[in-house]
Amino acid sequence: MTPLLSVQGITKRYGAHIGCADVSFDLYPGEVMGIVGESGSGKSTLLNCMAGHLEPDAGKVVFDTRANGPKDTVTMSEPERRMLSRTDWAFVHQHARDGLRMGVSAGGNVGERLMAVGERHYGNIRDKATDWLERVEIDAARVDDRPVTFSGGMQQRLQIARNLVTGPRLVFMDEPTGGLDVSVQARLLDLLRGLVRDMGLSAIIVTHDLAVVRLLADRLMVMKSGHVVEAGLTDQVLDDPQHAYSQLLVSSVLQV
Amino acid sequence: MYVAVKGGERAIENAHAWLAEERRGDTNVPDLSVVQIREQLTLAVNRVMAEGSLYDPDLAALAIKQSRGDLIEAIFLIRAYRTTLPRFGASLPVDTGAMSCDRRISATFKDLPGGQVLGPTFDYTHRLLDFKLAAEGDVPAAPTREAELGEVPHVTDFLNREGLIEEAPRQDTPPPDLTREPLEMPAERALRLQALTRSDEGFTLGLAYSTQRGYARNHAFVGELRIGTVPVEMDIPELGFAVEIGEVTLTECETVNQFMGSKSEPPQFTRGYGLVFGQTERKAISMALVDRALRWEELGEENVGAPAQDAEFVLYHADNIQATGFLEHIKLPHYVDFQSELELVRKLRREAGADQVQEAAE
Amino acid sequence: MSEYNFAYLDEQTKRMIRRAILKGLAIPGYQVPFASREMPMPYGWGTGGVQVSAAVLTPEDRFKVIDQGADDTTNAVSIRTFFERTAGVETTTKTTDATVIQTRHRIPEEALTEGQVLVYQVPIPEPLRFLEPRESETRKMHALEEYGLMHVKLYEDISRHGHIATSYAYPVKVEGRYVMDPSPIPKFDNPKLGEMAAIQLFGAGREQRIHALPPYTQVVSLDFEDHPFEATKADHPCGMCGALDSYLDEVITDDAGGRMFVCSDTDYCEGRQAAGFVGEMNHQRAFSVQPLLETEA
Repeated sequence: MTPLLSVQGITKRYGAHIGCADVSFDLYPGEVMGIVGESGSGKSTLLNCMAGHLEPDAGKVVFDTRANGPKDTVTMSEPERRMLSRTDWAFVHQHARDGLRMGVSAGGNVGERLMAVGERHYGNIRDKATDWLERVEIDAARVDDRPVTFSGGMQQRLQIARNLVTGPRLVFMDEPTGGLDVSVQARLLDLLRGLVRDMGLSAIIVTHDLAVVRLLADRLMVMKSGHVVEAGLTDQVLDDPQHAYSQLLVSSVLQV
Repeated sequence: MYVAVKGGERAIENAHAWLAEERRGDTNVPDLSVVQIREQLTLAVNRVMAEGSLYDPDLAALAIKQSRGDLIEAIFLIRAYRTTLPRFGASLPVDTGAMSCDRRISATFKDLPGGQVLGPTFDYTHRLLDFKLAAEGDVPAAPTREAELGEVPHVTDFLNREGLIEEAPRQDTPPPDLTREPLEMPAERALRLQALTRSDEGFTLGLAYSTQRGYARNHAFVGELRIGTVPVEMDIPELGFAVEIGEVTLTECETVNQFMGSKSEPPQFTRGYGLVFGQTERKAISMALVDRALRWEELGEENVGAPAQDAEFVLYHADNIQATGFLEHIKLPHYVDFQSELELVRKLRREAGADQVQEAAE
Repeated sequence: MSEYNFAYLDEQTKRMIRRAILKGLAIPGYQVPFASREMPMPYGWGTGGVQVSAAVLTPEDRFKVIDQGADDTTNAVSIRTFFERTAGVETTTKTTDATVIQTRHRIPEEALTEGQVLVYQVPIPEPLRFLEPRESETRKMHALEEYGLMHVKLYEDISRHGHIATSYAYPVKVEGRYVMDPSPIPKFDNPKLGEMAAIQLFGAGREQRIHALPPYTQVVSLDFEDHPFEATKADHPCGMCGALDSYLDEVITDDAGGRMFVCSDTDYCEGRQAAGFVGEMNHQRAFSVQPLLETEA
């Protein structure tokens, strides 16, 4: 089976400082990979390198494209990469504001990706947008309201709807529950789990919150100082961490 | 019968005649000569030369007279005239180190080789209206002294010798020319400086002031401000060497700004630079501050989203001739556009009204 | 004004502008940067159009200038006078007689023919500008054909007003590639942009851009399948010539709500009146000082 995404030796330096070093892994269709580590561990750098927001100094990010099979997205042309980002890829930002157009209605936010790939029927766009609002548990009556009038949790759910409306095959998530209240986090996690299961989504989730990966991720990578120190099945790593840092990470959460 | 506002041609002619009369004012008062403007409104002349980017005090004075003292209008006249001038070539870079300074001050050192020269400045005047000027008396001659000959070294050179300030390596590649090529982004520093030197003084001052108040603060000191004349030289291909073709008055401001450094690089001060035609020190200092703010990226600083850091914002809005033209064009007739807006609003209102009526009926 | 070159600009500058025009014609709808010069009229008052006209005019040309469709509006008069003085070209108000027509905000009613050049004055050439203020970003969006945002704007219009609420400067797609701003012409004029026999040149002086449509270019106004583009105008006949197919200006005739509608294209209207067409209000002195004086007397 061809991996959906094959990350090979990704390295990114900031001057003398290492962002992430020599990271490799394969992600298969329908799989969810969690990347955990404290802030500064390089997990966000890695995510941005994979999603094409940062250019890595070395390594490949090979994606199994619909048309031409596996292609290195680092060396592909910018139009191709941008095309991927608005069709087969999705990116959920930690702060919904970074991923939404705050001055555009909820319907327009969800519809943008549809219009970007050529949908030109207003009624259809609006129907799909309304449908997606309901799927992320936002009242369809809010379709013409701007996200500034939404709560933090609603904004984050809207961002997810906006990303998933075109049926992407790979979703990158950067701390999707960060900055939300605990009760709101639980509801969002529940929703995400349902969507991942129903849509058979493949996803890479970066988080410092082990509860998030416990609930969503099939596999787990633990990062420290830019390096992957441990990787394996989520339950395995969380229940029986081998590396001292993973042990510390797990125990510090358990103490809470 | 109905006539669409005709007679535009005669209206324009009459308006021009009236304007000429207003410009002249009361004919019992003697006419202001161009020479008087050139000699007695020198700072206005300097501003017009700087922002008009044409060094010619006589033409600038004429433009001020013609524009009734509206300096942006005068700058506009100079710019439009400049378009028609053929270009013979480019001068060699002027050497401000060889400037005969009328004024030269440093805020960073109490004394320095070449000395501090206050020169003809408003700085320590008390801003009291001088009613003697209204009486049109002669001004007593100012005391004079033999000029000290010799080079006046740049303050930044002293710092540079110790490695205390970032290097500003000499570059001999010809700079891009804002007046011959369209302004395109990203703009390199030479191009940014070019745009800033002819930018609107008020706009540049406002931006510079905003950096001091915390919108991309960069802790500027005036390392040196100098005003004086420098010779302008040009290579004459037929001769095979450079000859002096004249001299210009310039104001140069070099700022010494907050230092940078990292674990691998020792801390160093950084630079901002301003160079403007004529005695125009408010503009030159403003330019140096804005230049420094625009350098955030190359110096690895954070973009705090301040207007003065945004090269597109600064460069696309700094030119007062572009700005004033576009601003004032909204005086022109727009009734075709307005008509189509009118139709649309009426239609939307009709439909909204129909909805309300229907709702009321239900 | 013999001290200036033919049509004001020096030959070097005209060549530079012609190169930009040719490039624009080769890539219809693409905005070509050009080193706009300071002209003796203010930026925003047609300097782009004036520079393009100066670059294409020859001594044999017959030049027409309209502003809001009319030859006699002050800015049109001013620009026409400028070229009479600096180029000495013949001028005309007749659309059919002109070889070069400079316009602000209108396309003449009469269909233009091969061999004619229509020069538009453009204030803001970038159709994406009010969605994305950054030039570096909008250029990238054009290069990568990322026009989704343009439709988001139209979507928002419909969800808020029930209609696309753009009535002038209505964006178009050229030859299925570049999204272009047709300058602030009313959307009524949009259908004339496509498949036009004349050359269309768009000059933006302050923004330093030229774009162009060669003859018989496909130009499509952006819309949705279920909210198709509509070229609208006031639903009246012209009060002067009775035309039903021309774009109309609304003229207020008194302070009691009286008004009339007349062709914005003055040449078209006069031509029809000369041919014997009479509108309903043609007998009235609608907007004249004369009757007032008479009643006073």
